[in-house]
Amino acid sequence: MEAAVFIAAAAVILVGAIGVVGSRNPVHSALFLIQTLLGAAVLFVLQDAHFLAAVQVVVYAGAIVILFLFVIMLLGVDRAVRLDIEPIAGQRPLAVIVGVALAAVLLTATVVTAGELAGLPRAAGERALDNGLSDVERLGRVLFSQYALAVQATAVLLTVAVVGAVVLTRSRREEPR
Amino acid sequence: MTPTTGWYLALAAALFVIGAVGLLVRRNPLVMFMCVELMLNAANITFVALGRGLNDVGGQAAVFFVLVVAAVEVVVGLALVVAVNRRRASATADDLSALRG
Repeated sequence: MEAAVFIAAAAVILVGAIGVVGSRNPVHSALFLIQTLLGAAVLFVLQDAHFLAAVQVVVYAGAIVILFLFVIMLLGVDRAVRLDIEPIAGQRPLAVIVGVALAAVLLTATVVTAGELAGLPRAAGERALDNGLSDVERLGRVLFSQYALAVQATAVLLTVAVVGAVVLTRSRREEPR
Repeated sequence: MTPTTGWYLALAAALFVIGAVGLLVRRNPLVMFMCVELMLNAANITFVALGRGLNDVGGQAAVFFVLVVAAVEVVVGLALVVAVNRRRASATADDLSALRG
């Protein structure tokens, strides 16, 4: 059962990813991106990371992709582009070579990691996934104790990003009085 | 038969490679950002799978921070795209060579 769900979600994810790369229209790319993100949310549910699955749907598929679609519509770049022309000579063969090399490295790392995983020490206590707490409570306790400083840093990061976005996209037509 | 951690890692590797090749091939900066999102999602799947494999909630905490950083990256990146597009009506990364030294 679990394997069937995994295989279905993996197929959804990979088809969506290929769709993102292969779509001629940016709007279609964004919709395929939603498909991939929802597939990843299914994988999170499958691994009992329910909070992350909810956040994945709300923040990623909801907010981020909607932001993409807003900008696509705002800029009017929702025309289909021709993918059969190659602006830089040799770009695609080189990209394929890089992709094959990257795949070889990552698959090697996967095989090595999967082999050594059983021998690594497993977490215990507050960090352990089998300590009887609910998923949200366990993650919240860790985030606001051991990772409290990092949570504060992300708050600063978000503030900087909001200010930066406002400054970058501000209209300069209004002269200061 | 239940999927092991290795299955998830292999899927994440495939997703990462698709995203990386897309980033190298596509010229529309918006689609390039989407390919970056694909790669970040591959990293997220890896984090959750390894966190489960090691019985550690740290993997899920890392995904939480990756989500925040991804949102920030999209906001700033799209603001840059909008700012660039205001000055010149083109939407390909190849045309952005004005900053060349």
